[in-house]
Order: sequence, then C-alpha cells, then structure tokens
Amino acid sequence: MPEPVEALPGLSLDTDQGLLQWISSVDHKQLGIMYLWTALAFMLVGGAEILLIRIQLAVPRNTFLGPEMYNELFTMHGTTMIFFVAMPAIFGFATYLVPLMIGANDMAFPRLNALSLWLTIFGGLLMYFSFLAGGAPNAGWFNYAPLNGYNYSSQPGIDYYCAGLLLGGIGTVSASINLIVTILRYRTAGMALHNMPVFVWMMLVTACLVIAAFPSLNAALAMLLLDRRLHAHFFEVHDGGSALLWQHLFWLFGHPEVYIVILPSFGILSEVFSVYSRKPVFGYVFIVGSGIAIGLLAFGVWVHHMFAVGLGNTANNFFAASSMLIGVPTGVKVFNWLATMRGGSIRFTTSMMFATSFLVEFTIGGLSGIAFAIVPIDLQLTDTYFVVAHLHYVLIGGTLFGLLAGLFYWFPKMSGRMLNERLSNWFFWLFVVGFNVTFMIQHVLGTLGMPRRVYTYPDLPGWGTLNLLSSIGGFLMGAAMLLLVYIIVQALRSGPRAGADPWDAYTLEWTTTSPPPLQNFDRVIPVASVRPFRDFKMPHDADHKEVGKRKGIYGK
Amino acid sequence: MGSIFSTATVEAERLHTLDLYFIIAASVVLLTVIGATTYFSLKYRHRDHDDHAEPLQTSSNLKLESVLVGIPALMVLAFFFLSFNTTKAVLPPAGDSVPAVRITGHQWWWQASYPGTDVQTANEIHLPIGRHLLIEGTSADVIHDWWVPSFGDKMDVIPGLHNHVWATIKEPGVYEGACNEFCGQQHAWMRIRVVAHTPADYERWLAAAAQPAAEPTDRLAQAGAQVFARAACSSCHQIRGTAAHGQQGPDLTHFGSRETMLAGLLPNNESNLANWLRNPQALKPGAHMPRFIFAPDTIRALTAYLAGLK
Ligand code: HEM
Ligand SMILES: [Cu+2]
Repeated sequence: MPEPVEALPGLSLDTDQGLLQWISSVDHKQLGIMYLWTALAFMLVGGAEILLIRIQLAVPRNTFLGPEMYNELFTMHGTTMIFFVAMPAIFGFATYLVPLMIGANDMAFPRLNALSLWLTIFGGLLMYFSFLAGGAPNAGWFNYAPLNGYNYSSQPGIDYYCAGLLLGGIGTVSASINLIVTILRYRTAGMALHNMPVFVWMMLVTACLVIAAFPSLNAALAMLLLDRRLHAHFFEVHDGGSALLWQHLFWLFGHPEVYIVILPSFGILSEVFSVYSRKPVFGYVFIVGSGIAIGLLAFGVWVHHMFAVGLGNTANNFFAASSMLIGVPTGVKVFNWLATMRGGSIRFTTSMMFATSFLVEFTIGGLSGIAFAIVPIDLQLTDTYFVVAHLHYVLIGGTLFGLLAGLFYWFPKMSGRMLNERLSNWFFWLFVVGFNVTFMIQHVLGTLGMPRRVYTYPDLPGWGTLNLLSSIGGFLMGAAMLLLVYIIVQALRSGPRAGADPWDAYTLEWTTTSPPPLQNFDRVIPVASVRPFRDFKMPHDADHKEVGKRKGIYGK
Repeated sequence: MGSIFSTATVEAERLHTLDLYFIIAASVVLLTVIGATTYFSLKYRHRDHDDHAEPLQTSSNLKLESVLVGIPALMVLAFFFLSFNTTKAVLPPAGDSVPAVRITGHQWWWQASYPGTDVQTANEIHLPIGRHLLIEGTSADVIHDWWVPSFGDKMDVIPGLHNHVWATIKEPGVYEGACNEFCGQQHAWMRIRVVAHTPADYERWLAAAAQPAAEPTDRLAQAGAQVFARAACSSCHQIRGTAAHGQQGPDLTHFGSRETMLAGLLPNNESNLANWLRNPQALKPGAHMPRFIFAPDTIRALTAYLAGLK
C-alpha cells in the first residue's frame, strides 16, 4: 500500500501524491477530506435535482417534469441531502478534526475508518444506480408504508433505497463506534472530559445517538426488503401487517437523526463564536449539558411526526410535552452563544458571519418546530409547505450554516491556504438572501393550504406568484453554491499560505502545521483547560490559573 | 380556497386563538434574538486593527443561566396547557357517535358515504352547517390525509384504521382542501370540495342525491347507457338505479351535477369528459382507470349519458 510521504497534501489538487494514495489511505485527515468532497459532490447532485423541481413548480399546472419524474427527484433530493450530504459532511469534519483536537495521531481504528467512508460512498452510488436500473425510489425520503410496498411501487427504486441506505448506515455506525473509542481512549494527557472542545463533546453525543438510532432504521429497511422481495407481511395491511409500524420504526430513528445532524453544528459554532469573539464560550457546562439533554430527549419525541395518524389525545399530549421540552436546552444554546458575543471583540470573517446569521435563521426554524410540537397547530400545518419551510430553516439555517462556518474556519488548517475573503463574503450574502427568499415564502404557502410533495398545483390566488419567488430564491442559492466551488478550487490553486494559526485560535489542532503532517503532532502542548493553545500563547492569562479571579471560569 | 386563518368552523376558531397566542410569543422570542444579535454585532465589532487587547474573559454566570433556562421552561409549560385544552375541546373522543359522513381515501380520489342512506359522492362532499359533525376517515389503499384548511385539524386516513375529526361549520359555502399525505403519482390531484348547506338545503340535497340516476331520454344518451353497461365501466363504477355496482372508482350516479372532475383537476364539462374517456393517462397519468379504445361516436354517446346524470 503506498504510504504518503512526509507532509500530507491536505486538500491539494496537486497530483504528485497520486490517486491511488488517496483511495488506499487510512489516514484520518485524508479520509476526512474525502468525506467532505463526497458531501460536496452529492450536494451538487441534490441541488440540481431540487432546481429541476423548482422549475416544475414555478408556475401552476406546469408540465415540465411530469408526476413520475417529479416524485423520483424529490425523493432522491431528500434522501441525498440527509444521508449523503449532511452525514458525510459531519463525519468528514469529525474524522478530520477529532484526533487533532484531542491531540491524537489518528483514529482508534484507521482501517475501519476507511471502510466507513467507502461504505458511505458506495451506498450513495448504489442508490443512484437505480436511475439506470428501472426507476429511482419515488415514495419520499421517509418512504411511508404501504406506499413503499411492492403493490404500490413495483419498480426497483425502493429496493435500491433500502440497499443504499443499509450500506451507508453500516458505514455510519462503524464510523461512530470509531469516534467514541477515539474520544474516550485517545485524548492527550491533561484533556479531561471537562477540558474537551465543545465540538468533540457534540461529536461524542452524536456518535452515541447514531449507534442507538440507526439500528431502528436498518431493521426497518431489512424488513421492507423482506416484504418487497420475499412477501413477508410487516407493513402491508391487506396481508395482516401494520402501516404504522414503519412510521414508528422510521421516526424512532428519524427524530434522533435530526439531532444527529444539528449537534455537530452546535459544536462547530461553539468553537467559531469563541475564537472570533476572543472569549471562552459562555456557559461551557450548560452548552455541553444541554447537548447531552437533547441527545437523551431525542429518543422520546418521535410521535410528534405522527400526531395526525390518530394515536389519540393521551399519546399525542405526552409526546407534545416531551417535544416542547427539547426547546429549552436548544434555546439555552442560542442564548449562550449570544452571551459569548457579548463583551467580546468580534471579527466578522465569513465564518463568523455564518455563525451570527445562524442565530436568527435557526431561531426561526426552532420556533416553527415548537409550533409543530403543539398538537392543534401541528394538525393544521403538518405535511403542508410550512413543514418544508421549517425543516429547511433547521437543516440549512442550522446544520448547513454551522457546517459552512466550520468550512471557512478550518479550511486553512486542512489545505494550508486561505480562502478569498471578498468572494467568500459575496457567497455569504448571495446564499443568505437566496435562502430566505426561497423558504420564508413557503411558510405562507403552507398556511394557505398548499400540500407538500405535489408535482403541481391549481391556479389559486397567490400560489403562482409565491412559488415563482421561491423558485427564484432557489436559483440564487444554486448560483451561490457554484461560487463556493469556485472559491474553494481557486484557493487550492493559488490561495495565499495560511500558516499554522491564522485565526489566533485556542485549540490543539492549530498548534501543528497547516496542513498537518502525517504524524499529526511532534509534541502536544500541555492541556489544562478548554483553551490549551491560548494558555500556551498567553501563560500569564491562562484559563486554569484564573479560577479564583475570573468568576466561574472553567479549567482545573 | 381558505387558509388556516379563515375560520369556517367553530373548531377552527379555537385553533385560531391558539395560533394567535403562539404567533405573539414566537414573535417576541424572534425579535429578542434578532435584536440581541444585531446589537451585539454592532456594539462589539472589532474595529481598531492595531488593538490586540483581549476582552474580559467572562465565561459563565449561574444566575443568568438559570433565568435563561427558566423563561423558556415557563413558556413551554404555558403552551403545553393551551395545547392540551384546545385538543380536548376540538377533538373529543368519538365514542359511538354515528358519523355524518364516512370518507375513504383512494389513489387518487375521495369517496364519501352518508350513513343511514345509500348516497355516495366522490370528491365533492356535502355537509349541513350548524351541527357538531363527526367525520370519519379510512383508506382503501395507501395513507392519505384529509384536510380542509378553514376547518382546522387534518386527519390521516389509514388502511385498516378509522380516524375521526369534528367540524361545526358556520356558514354555507364551498370550502376547498386537499390530500396532505404523499400517496403516490397523483397526490397533487386529490383535492377536496366541501359544499356546506343550510340544514333545510342539506335535507333537500340528500333527498335528491338518494334518488336513483335519471333515465336517459335522448337516443344518444341511451346508447351511452348501453355502452356503460357493456364496456366494463360498471365493474368499477356505481350508478344507482342501474346494474352498475362497481366500487373501485367514483360513484357516478349524479355525475352531471358535479362542478369538477378528477379530484379538482378539471371543470366538469363535456369536452373534458370526452378527453378523459379517450385517454385517461393523458389527463391524469397513473390514474387507475384503463384506457378503452372507443370510437368517436361511442365517446359522444357516453359523454351525453354521463353529463345527463344530474
Ligand atoms: C368506459 C367505462 C368508464 C367510464 C365511462 C368511466 C368514467 C369515469 C369518470 C367520469 C371519472 C371521473 C370521476 C370523478 O371526477 O370523480 C372516472 C374516474 C375514475 N375511474 Fe372510471 N370510467 C370507466 C371505467 C373505469 C374502470 C374499468 C375503472 C377501474 C379499473 C375505473 C376507475 C376509475 C378511477 C380509479 C377513477 C378516479 C381517477 C382519479 O381521479 O384519479 N373507471 N371514470
Ligand atoms: Cu392522497
């Protein structure tokens, strides 16, 4: 197996390292970068799919796509974005950063690490192969029974959905086990649990969520395959199965999943807010604690996706209470980040701009989420375009803004190059404006009664105009994504050198070169607080020395 | 088309109040976050590039944290009780009440039957105003969802289960809605029209609807009736008063008096009808009605017959 020579290429486009070296790599940094490229590639595909959909919806009674193609595209869009964009992006950051942030040289199981990545990639490719194999999955990303059964969807698409997600799911579970072991066993001396960066904490919680939640999905997928191919009777009512069983299994996975994709962003944002405000993150204990609380509560709220299925008022009220409760720890975090900014000396880099606007966008998504936890409001708005608006405010305004803040923050570390800040600012504004134009309007469409997942709609007053605006917003976002790709490629080609620590940051990954050498660290600096690098740079003002003087500072 | 803010039923009024409280509370929270974000961004922006002094390193404050946990917790508690009470008021258990109408979702149309009568309608549902109506729903195939926005709550209709929702309609009129749960290829064209009558009008409508289909009078329509009976239409469609008793497709007994066809896709007129009979897939791809290769004359006859079923 060709081993990389001295320094790693980072995100470099140079070919001197050779493709084979990337493909056969077991280095966590290379694997992390490949995860990120995977996410970006699938993002462009999923984005193209949704732009076709927005063309179809731009005017009422459009015939651009037709129902069949439309249903395949929206199913693939949702499934791709959740499983092959958000998940690889998160695991890309985690795989790259966790060992560096805890002062380790690699993950606990490097070969398993490579296997996880390739399972994810092949899972995605397998699912996309369905387009060539007689039709893509077309029953939506949550693929409800009995519509997902052979009687109603006899094309092979849904079989590919099952197989692709099972592969990806196995990759995700193994990556999570790897992360948990790495975090618990490979921290450098001095890095007690209460000294871990918030991002590492959030990845620990996320990884635990994955290994508790994915078995439910994987079981459901296996059962569905049995139903479809061997005529088992799990989900088909007319054969004695239950249509709701799928929903319970799916959401028992699916609800934790939405926290799986948001918690890592919470972690990223905690680092970003702290460094660019030049302050420790406010309320470390509360932030970490609320992350753990969210992780636990995540398993007790799945029925809020099922208020309309008729489980009765008692069940609905119970799950309404638990769902609203999750708003509390989530709210805590938003206020903690605001408190981090307060009294700081804030540098508005592109990363910090995404973090700041996250506060507003995510709050919008969080509040509409609380609306859905209130049963009577949910019974009005569920499965309308209001849901589409809500989930995109959480997934884009929350998860993606967090990931982008992370990308702009750590890109110099990964590549050794700086991104063009002026173009990055352009990207930010284009993306934020496009995003709000696209989705703000959909709140209104939902209250007007427009159902989601319709390939067309009648020419009712206002519907055409609002949909057209939404489509225009979508294309602004598309243009922004292309600009992002350009910015990245340009920086890799000719961006100015970054140096080890361009942001004057606080955590261990910035103590090594950019990009880091194959062996991450020559020597790891001593760790006695959450901000070891700052303690190192400013020994007279070190966090751990100030316990008495600075009220409530954490550290030993 | 109504919205969730048009309140055609007593139940929707209750929901409207709850919506309003929520909108107020959510706006306060959102404005606070926007305000604080903007204020801190402007006030604490690093301006002087030569100034490398570090700001004060405050890192936590137990009192502030408790307040920040306490306020959302109280709001959550308040909304839980509002939610609880509203649900109890608008969605009381059905018990053994006889529903005013039984709805069955099909790919991709709605069947409505009216207990105590033989009456069936498709896609257009007739209801009286001023009564506390129980609407019961189930599905013949996949999961669909019944929702008329200005009535408030929606109801998933699920094969093998019977769900219910209540409505006390306030004014006569036509209220539109749509299937809200993705149910396959033509989910978009599974729209709902509820026609609300005054009680007296409703009784009149019901009496008329209970009548068997009108006998065709002119020659063309009579020919159409014969084709309908012969050409397998009757194996899927019912026309009361004739030998046609199929239950797969919509009841066509009084088809001519309907305003729309194909669950909201098109106005009900002879040319749309003729096109549908010529090639169902061209109008509504995926619809579960086979294409019959009819001669133009036959189509004219069938059209005349069906349009005459008032
Ligand atoms: C020549 C014989 C037939 C005639 C004249 C006829 C007529 C119609 C008409 C007028 C409609 C529109 C009803 C509405 O808007 O509610 C319709 C819809 C429908 N028919 Fe037929 N039909 C025939 C045969 C059949 C057969 C054999 C089947 C079953 C295999 C069938 C299944 C359906 C279904 C499922 C719909 C609903 C389509 C949708 O809205 O998605 N029909 N038919
Ligand atoms: Cu439906």
